[in-house]
Amino acid sequence: MQKKTAYSFPDEILEHVFSFIQSGKDRNAASVVCKSWYEIERWCRRKIFVGNCYAVSPTMVIRRFPDIRSIELKGKPHFADFNLVPDGWGGYVLPWISEMAGAYPWLEEIRLKRMVITDESLELVAKSFTNVQVLVLFSCEGFSTDGLAAIAASCKNLRELDLRDSEVDDLSGHWLNHFPDTYTSLVSLNISCLGSDDVSFSALERLVGRCPNLRRLLLNREVPLDKIANLLSRAPQLIEFGTGTYAAELRSDVYSNLAEAFCNCKELKCLSGFWDAVPAYLPVIYSVCSRLTSLNLSYAPIQNPDLTKLVSQCPSLQRMLVLDYIEDSGLEVLASSCKDLQELRVFPSDPFGEEPNVSLTEKGLVAVSSGCPKLQSVLYFCRQMSNAALVTIAQNCPNFTRFRLCLLDPKIADYRTLQPLDVGFGAIVEHCKDLRRLSLSGLLTDRVFEYIGMHAKKLEMLSVAFAGESDLALHHVLSGCESLRKLEIMNCPFGDKALLANAAKLETMRSLWMSSCSVSLGACKMLGQKMPRLNIEVMDEKGPPDSRAESDPVDKLYIYRSVAGPRFDMPPFVWTMDEDFASELS
Amino acid sequence: MEGSVGYDNDLNLRATELRLGLPGTEPVSIVRSNKRSLQQVADDDCGVNGCKSDDQNETAPPPPKAQIVGWPPIRSYRKNNIQTKKNESEGGGIYVKVSMDGAPYLRKIDLKIYSGYPELLQAIENMFKFTIGEYSEREGYKGSDYAPTYEDKDGDWMLVGDVPWEMFITSCKRLRIMKGSEARGLGCGV
Repeated sequence: MQKKTAYSFPDEILEHVFSFIQSGKDRNAASVVCKSWYEIERWCRRKIFVGNCYAVSPTMVIRRFPDIRSIELKGKPHFADFNLVPDGWGGYVLPWISEMAGAYPWLEEIRLKRMVITDESLELVAKSFTNVQVLVLFSCEGFSTDGLAAIAASCKNLRELDLRDSEVDDLSGHWLNHFPDTYTSLVSLNISCLGSDDVSFSALERLVGRCPNLRRLLLNREVPLDKIANLLSRAPQLIEFGTGTYAAELRSDVYSNLAEAFCNCKELKCLSGFWDAVPAYLPVIYSVCSRLTSLNLSYAPIQNPDLTKLVSQCPSLQRMLVLDYIEDSGLEVLASSCKDLQELRVFPSDPFGEEPNVSLTEKGLVAVSSGCPKLQSVLYFCRQMSNAALVTIAQNCPNFTRFRLCLLDPKIADYRTLQPLDVGFGAIVEHCKDLRRLSLSGLLTDRVFEYIGMHAKKLEMLSVAFAGESDLALHHVLSGCESLRKLEIMNCPFGDKALLANAAKLETMRSLWMSSCSVSLGACKMLGQKMPRLNIEVMDEKGPPDSRAESDPVDKLYIYRSVAGPRFDMPPFVWTMDEDFASELS
Repeated sequence: MEGSVGYDNDLNLRATELRLGLPGTEPVSIVRSNKRSLQQVADDDCGVNGCKSDDQNETAPPPPKAQIVGWPPIRSYRKNNIQTKKNESEGGGIYVKVSMDGAPYLRKIDLKIYSGYPELLQAIENMFKFTIGEYSEREGYKGSDYAPTYEDKDGDWMLVGDVPWEMFITSCKRLRIMKGSEARGLGCGV
């Protein structure tokens, strides 16, 4: 190697400088400056984010980064959330845990999303990582409360246990008892996904009572309303709280206890839960409302006027999740009351109903876009939309970073002009120059994709369904969207030509999902041969691809870049199209 | 499992429609989408890919709207929480996993959309492309290698059909189509 010149820093200084660089992207950039920076950086990297657990192998990660303390892994593609990825697809965390057990004994933080984690894996975590402080299992599955018991029993330094949206086999509520009496470090606990009838409430009470630093507590639906007051009185320092079921017979003692308990939580800023909520008990939270920055009522069947009344009392709201019971009128009130609103999500109360059950239309969203200048992130389910409304929204909110519109009838046109919604979404991408995430719906032609390719230069994630007419649509996106990382497409009539013409682009992205589109088996094979650093995975429940013609469309296609080569844990209904595919089958 | 069914681009959804709703409901326009999407009806009901198009019974009218897999994009736990304004008994879905011994992957179905055992069993037969035998209280399912079973709230595995329907849908946690001797074992004991 070259000898160091008078101008280069000693390693220790560089290491010290790097310690100020936390962002993975920045560290990645630093690591390619030169070989010595690469070396120094890899020894002092402590935190790693792996957006696709199959993009790299645990061995490779460990080889490059010998001393990681915090890891985040993501498994299944996003559309798994909507049942598009069959069970058994993959995303197993055990290989990672097994290898890290030996390599990273000081691991402190494990964050997993859409992965399969078994009790065996959890037991291995408990045994191997004595210092684990954070365990987040976001939309994971494969484990039961037995695995949680192992974590509770062994992880003395656990601060955060978050099971959000995971599917857990509830074998027994007694896992909470496995936290030893000496354990007092809990700061954040999210068990909202647990279904068990016997989350041992007394164990929970004792746990909450002995953890003075508990700031975040999200209960599951089974915790009855009349137990909440007691719990809250043991944790008045809470910042974020999620109730259990919010329904009970109206009793004045329960009511006043609750009101008092909430009143005593002087730092409470975020509320959620509210399953089955009844209006009678809503006023108990009024004392907290003025401070609330985040309110999740998306499980509450509360309707107007109770709903609107509640919302009007929360002027500090930054984040609001609600069912469409709020209706246009409630959104207008939100728009006039909540000037700090940054994020709005409106979910459908009756998504499969034939007729609208509530009066929620594009007008509500227009009102919020007009009244809330800080609005950045929107997820909106509704039944009608117009280009004019979208244009207005775009002009009102040039700061959008995330815009997701879901029209319940996926190919519905502009209800006023009967035109496609191309122009409306075009306005969104044109005005919102910082848009990172976009979900389209409604009647859409190739046009909208032309606009997206032209304007959406910062777009990182695009979700498309039932849109477009030809391969031009896909071509516009792949050739125009410079920052695109994730593209997921369902039920669109295009594929082959655009994919093959933009094959190289796919290596610059994390992944591409296409289901029920027009991608032929032949094209998949060609891609597999042309692009060795892409894993081309074809999913089909009807049988192996070789039993069909080359021109037959594949059912589901998942393409992702990888330095680890094709994976070996594929279930029988997934096939990799790599160079060896043709020979493998003969 | 049977060999793969040919991919039929011209499948007429109406002709092969399987029950998605209660009998007596009138069919309304099916969700407009390109042909292929119509072939992928929701996991909640029977996969059209596996339809027995010729044997189709028209005794119950087709459902009002064909549900499409993945649309609207709502997560299962939200679907399970949904309550309609109309009345409480209609609210929410009961999604359970259905597995079959030997089949590559699980499906999820919504028990609420079936009005009784015959519909449910027909749906499962179509989903996994096999036949369940005839049910009798004494002898369970005769005439086939398979028996539909379910795990109830207490963790016990029971034969589908042993309890009244209403009790079944509130206590069923998951379904499993058992094959072979295990199936016969359950089938013979009541």
